Amino acid sequence: MSKTLLKLDSVCTDIAQYHILHGVSLEIPEGGVHVLLGRNGAGKTSTLRTIMGLWQARDGSIRFRGEEISREHTSDIARRGIAYVPENMGIFGGLTVEENMRLATHKGQFDRQRLSRVHAQFPAMEKFWTKQAWSLSGGQKQMLAIARAMIEKRDLILIDEPTKGLAPAIILSMVDAFREIAQETTILLVEQNFLFAKSLGQTVAVIDDGRIVHTGTMAALAQDSDLQTRLLSLSLDSHQ
Amino acid sequence: MNLIATQIERFGGINLLPVLLAVVALVLIGVPSTWLTLTVAGLAMGMMIFLMASGLSLVFGLMDVLNFGHSAFISFGAFIAASVLAALGSWVGADNILLNIAALFAAISAATLFGLVAGWFFERVIIKPVYRDHLRQILITMGALIVAEQIILAIWGGSPISVPRPNFLSGSIILGDVSIEIYRLFAFGLGLVVFLGLYAVLNRTRIGLLVRAGVENREMVEALGFRIDRLFIGVFMLGSALAAMGGAMWAGYETLITAAIGSEMMIIVFIVIIIGGLGSIEGTLLGALMVGLMGNYVAFLAPKMALASNMLLMMAILLWRPYGLRPAVK
Amino acid sequence: MGELKNTAASSSARVVRLFVYGLIGLIGIGLFLAPMLFPDIRSQEVAARICIFIVLVASYDLLIGYTGIVSFAHTMFFGIGAYGTAIALKQMGPGWDAILVGGSAGLAVSFVLAALVGLLSLRVKAIFFAMVTLAAASVMAVMASQFSDFTGGEDGIIYKTPRLFSSATKLLTDENGKVLRIFGVKANGKTAAYYFVFFGSLVLYFVMLRIVASPLGTVLKAIRENEMRAEALGYKVVLYRTAIFCIAAVIAACAGILRAIWLKYTGPETTLSFAIMIDILLMVVIGGMGTLYGAIIGATLMSLGQFYLKDLMQAASEATAGLPLIPDLLDPDRWLLWLGLVFVLLVYFFPAGIVGTLTRKEANA
Repeated sequence: MSKTLLKLDSVCTDIAQYHILHGVSLEIPEGGVHVLLGRNGAGKTSTLRTIMGLWQARDGSIRFRGEEISREHTSDIARRGIAYVPENMGIFGGLTVEENMRLATHKGQFDRQRLSRVHAQFPAMEKFWTKQAWSLSGGQKQMLAIARAMIEKRDLILIDEPTKGLAPAIILSMVDAFREIAQETTILLVEQNFLFAKSLGQTVAVIDDGRIVHTGTMAALAQDSDLQTRLLSLSLDSHQ
Repeated sequence: MNLIATQIERFGGINLLPVLLAVVALVLIGVPSTWLTLTVAGLAMGMMIFLMASGLSLVFGLMDVLNFGHSAFISFGAFIAASVLAALGSWVGADNILLNIAALFAAISAATLFGLVAGWFFERVIIKPVYRDHLRQILITMGALIVAEQIILAIWGGSPISVPRPNFLSGSIILGDVSIEIYRLFAFGLGLVVFLGLYAVLNRTRIGLLVRAGVENREMVEALGFRIDRLFIGVFMLGSALAAMGGAMWAGYETLITAAIGSEMMIIVFIVIIIGGLGSIEGTLLGALMVGLMGNYVAFLAPKMALASNMLLMMAILLWRPYGLRPAVK
Repeated sequence: MGELKNTAASSSARVVRLFVYGLIGLIGIGLFLAPMLFPDIRSQEVAARICIFIVLVASYDLLIGYTGIVSFAHTMFFGIGAYGTAIALKQMGPGWDAILVGGSAGLAVSFVLAALVGLLSLRVKAIFFAMVTLAAASVMAVMASQFSDFTGGEDGIIYKTPRLFSSATKLLTDENGKVLRIFGVKANGKTAAYYFVFFGSLVLYFVMLRIVASPLGTVLKAIRENEMRAEALGYKVVLYRTAIFCIAAVIAACAGILRAIWLKYTGPETTLSFAIMIDILLMVVIGGMGTLYGAIIGATLMSLGQFYLKDLMQAASEATAGLPLIPDLLDPDRWLLWLGLVFVLLVYFFPAGIVGTLTRKEANA
């Protein structure tokens, strides 16, 4: 069993008067891709935002490499080597692709080797290097968001629904990119697209109504169609 | 039709609006020499307004904080500059241009320095406790404005104060039948220098990059590992200092100031940043120049409508673009 | 034990509530009996001012407290109502027809202007709206002083009101032909004018209580609490906001009509000036945002405070005459300085104001 990288222990988060997370407990081992599944409004995004310190946990603990980070400022959490790719991708539209990438480096300098690797992975980034980011297509913006998370080595990348609204061809190319990233970095992926999640994930956790309702390996979930129906139809039901 | 649109876009798009305004005014005024005098006055006024407004716009863009007390910095800047100039009366009136410049420099620096320090104090004490609460922000900064205005009244009194102009800036240049006040040229030049400086910092430095990114998406900048709140206090201080500098320049322009100077200018400043769009200094410059020109042209054509015309301009632009001409990308 | 504490808490809450309602009742009775209790002219001025400002502040609270929008144009509507009435009375002579024509013109202009400003700028952020209204109000104030042929400029307009309200009018006479006194109150035109103001304000206040309790009030509260949710539920947020903005504007204009009739004078200082806007802000914050009762307490306290604070400051200023700067700060003309400080501290520490703070404790208990 590999070392635990990130450990959430009964994390509760409120937004204004609403309780969003009611005690989320989750363990992410070092290395590989780990998937957090759940229906809309189950608390997936809230979990990522709470880890990132964008929302303050009211209760519970969040440990990264054994150190408590739940009271830290977002920027300090980021400096620990955690990158966040939000659902809206968090691209700076008024900045050029280069400036977007440069912001993701802590000193403002590019490591040439890594940069050429990013360019090889996403040729569009090199092509539009000096263009303002708002002019990119949706898929290209998602690539830029992921490229930002790759430009320096991170220990953990939190990615929120990267496939949302993207064409299947682009999703395929992203599977490659994620495998590449997973060579050196742990990924916590929030998804609704089960096929995409299945092709990447090693472990899986399912969240519903602000609580983790299932954890296990992706392989087990992929084979157990009963469990799938139970967990995922639960999400289908609640859509209606 | 499309062809025309792309042609307009190529030559600067909405940046041409002030030019359009000037052309229309030329037709209405009909006398080129009068028009030129008014245009120079309008541009000078626009640049001074830009000084006062740019900080407010950036502060809003970066932290979503709208400081209704901003005009207090304008007033204090004006009064401090007036006091320094009065105290250095012999330098101001001297025939020696170096002494003139020294007095002017001392006045503007004193105002600007005050803006820096007071900006720091204001941000820590007044703004910080209400970062995310717009309603209380408006109320508290408004309350602070009332207090600041009363302090000015207590220190400098209620009667108008005259501001001596350094010798080398008084008088006019005569070109044919056009007379242009030297002070206006100086105000325009100073504003332009500040704009170019701000533009360079925002577009060529790492701090500028962080500010621009922060205006667009504060959270994401923090998620990339940077502290926006520390950046913000710097921007706030700079904005306050520029407002004080603008106030100092305005005092010299008006030559007679009262405690109401801040609230009078505040209306103009608001109109400017609404027209220009919040969060971008290019927008603020555009708005400031338009308001400056409009104010001067209309003051000549229909004196009673000067302020109302800018109000109408704002209404028209809000109808056309609800977020102003060039807001920062959000 | 816990139960015991609970009863103690709820009984203290009851005391607090009694205190608040008692105070409001006292103010109401005081205002109703003002001509008998405080027969001197100065006190009557203060009482009429309180009546009118209760309406003005309550209508402002419909915006800031109940809907969460900050407008700085409230004095503009107040002024339009007052100026409409004043100009008509001046031009058409002192008659009810003039009040009717001028008053309705003022109301109509207020309504149209409010609808325009609202539809134009309530679409975007609250903060934009605050700026637009501030700009609109000051432009209006400048225009009023510039078009002096019509408005009297800085000097304002002096005019006569209908005969009924004239001090010389004898409503009731005794056998000697002198003005009859009822409980020591002269039944003359001045008293009639006061009760016109008093009952006018009372009716407007009840109208507002009704609005707040209506479905419209509920929707507005929902919008204030969570705009996106209200929008998602299918409410057209902009329309509702514009509607309440128009209602508040019209009520403010009504208050302006009352003021114009009472003062027999209308000028920038009594209606349009930014100083009045600041008064309204202070009153609404002191009384408590989001509760119409707060308006009563805020308007009364501020009006009395303005009256007495100046005396107090005069004394303090004289006592410290030898010191540098302090007498200047304590000069009665600087009373706004201290009110401003109180205002800032209130917004920091008691954003709910007097009524809000007291009644919230009750809710906690």
